Amino acid sequence: MKAFKNPLIALLAMGALALALEFGFNAFFQLMAMFILVNCLMSMSLNLVNGYTGQFSLGHAGFMAVGAYAAAYGSSHVHIFPEPFLMGNYVITTLLAGALAAFAGLLVGLPSLRLKGDYLAIVTLGFGEIVRVALLNMDFLGGPRGYSGIPSYGNFISGFLFASFWVLLCFFTIWRLMGSSHGRGFLSVREDEIAAEAMGINTTRMKVKAFVLSSFFAGVAGAIFAHITSYISPSSFTFLQSVNAVIMVVLGGMGSMTGSLVAAVIVTILPEALRPLQDLTGIDLRMVIYSLALILMMILRPKGLFGAMEFGDVWRKYVKRSS
Amino acid sequence: MSNVLLEAKGITMQFGGLKAVDSVQFQIQKGQLAGLIGPNGAGKTTVFNMLTGVYQPTHGEVFLEGESLKGLKPFEICHRGMARTFQNIRLFKNLSVMDNVLIATHQHTDYGLLDTLLQTKKFRDQEKAMHDKARHLLEIFHLENKANEEASCLPYGEQRKLEIVRALATDPKIILLDEPAAGMNHSETHHLMETIAKIREEFKLTVLLIEHDMKLVMGICENIFVLDHGVKIEEGPAAKIQNSPKVIEAYLGPEVDA
Repeated sequence: MKAFKNPLIALLAMGALALALEFGFNAFFQLMAMFILVNCLMSMSLNLVNGYTGQFSLGHAGFMAVGAYAAAYGSSHVHIFPEPFLMGNYVITTLLAGALAAFAGLLVGLPSLRLKGDYLAIVTLGFGEIVRVALLNMDFLGGPRGYSGIPSYGNFISGFLFASFWVLLCFFTIWRLMGSSHGRGFLSVREDEIAAEAMGINTTRMKVKAFVLSSFFAGVAGAIFAHITSYISPSSFTFLQSVNAVIMVVLGGMGSMTGSLVAAVIVTILPEALRPLQDLTGIDLRMVIYSLALILMMILRPKGLFGAMEFGDVWRKYVKRSS
Repeated sequence: MSNVLLEAKGITMQFGGLKAVDSVQFQIQKGQLAGLIGPNGAGKTTVFNMLTGVYQPTHGEVFLEGESLKGLKPFEICHRGMARTFQNIRLFKNLSVMDNVLIATHQHTDYGLLDTLLQTKKFRDQEKAMHDKARHLLEIFHLENKANEEASCLPYGEQRKLEIVRALATDPKIILLDEPAAGMNHSETHHLMETIAKIREEFKLTVLLIEHDMKLVMGICENIFVLDHGVKIEEGPAAKIQNSPKVIEAYLGPEVDA
């Protein structure tokens, strides 16, 4: 049971947070909280590929789209559980969405992960665009009109807890993976592929493994996104979405879970927090400030907010030492 | 049953119009400490790369314990018991010394994703076995105090040592050392010679090493292959190599009549 102690504590904390948000904040903040959770999933899962395994993927929105549409279609058609247990349906459709995205990851990953650096980036970028254009032309998924009428989670608390559960699952999966031989295999691929191969690591398999797992959670993120907004269209999953995911990973620090989480919060909140400025000045400076902040960040801390450190490392290094 | 562990049968490596290695042939007996020498650019490292699967030979085959290694990837060859170090150190620089060694033991684990996620007994047992083994190896090389340091923080000599530890962690039958003494001073080289002799005893290893330090090669190698311009020109024990006119010519140039 020891293995479940920390995840349980974390889930309880999220429960408390859900209650606080439900009774202390308005619908806008609640929606922001949901988007933060989606972005957490996106950044953590992309970190597995870009940060830990060192493969530059630029098509994360593609996998998110696959998951989102799979969940949208699934939740509109799957009615296994009756009214009070609708969450049961969402569990099934979300798993399905993740599985489908993971399968897409396998299809893209197997041939393309033999490529390195820029080449892999271009292939994954191409994949993201292919998914988007394909969706534009799929009439049964709404085509350019988008997919509307996706059932929502009902109330905020159940939706928040559902999303939190997946975020925690993603976090603990990657966290524990990185403390295992699989995780060390990922890192060895990033550090030196030739040496890893010579030490008996099947590098192609490692990369595909990371890619598939990452795609799975991107698909889950898409599924949750679809249920939050109730409406998705191909334009929700443009190249910019993929870039956004990369920004979160780089901003937080390649190979830092803490960084991914913090960056997801910042990247979601910052553009919204700058809104009052627009009312004040009358011109939309949000994106200017946002990009300036990113540029400054990269100059001052090129390794990202946390580098490769986790919260525990930061605590030991700065807080404990000074006391 | 023959006692040959590693055999190269006419291996040739052609890069475009350049024949880097030309039908090289040799056998290494079980338990032997063999050396591969030759002037710069003779093709020594290319031979290593062919043996370990980094390059596929254009012609010829490599046999490990009588089995052909043709078409196998480097990691598969490693699983069959051949480990190596690199001429220009290739450690996992940003990882800890311990992780460097643990990565090399990956092939001996078989727990899956679910075991990892739930931290089952299988996971914990195998992780413990890996850590014990890695620590034991680090102790032999007096690196146990640096287990948590980043590999790139080690001094040069210790980085070379760590490369050997990492190769040993794969449980090899034969270990290929590519210039293990490069950049080491006299006493470090001497120390290294002792270490190589020691690990060979302790792990019942066969060793093949490339080296420029003639003292080291002549001092410990039982059988030496000399390569020049991609061709094997001589083979035998140190005494024979030292007096071979062909070897002297390769290193010092042909004799000129005055």
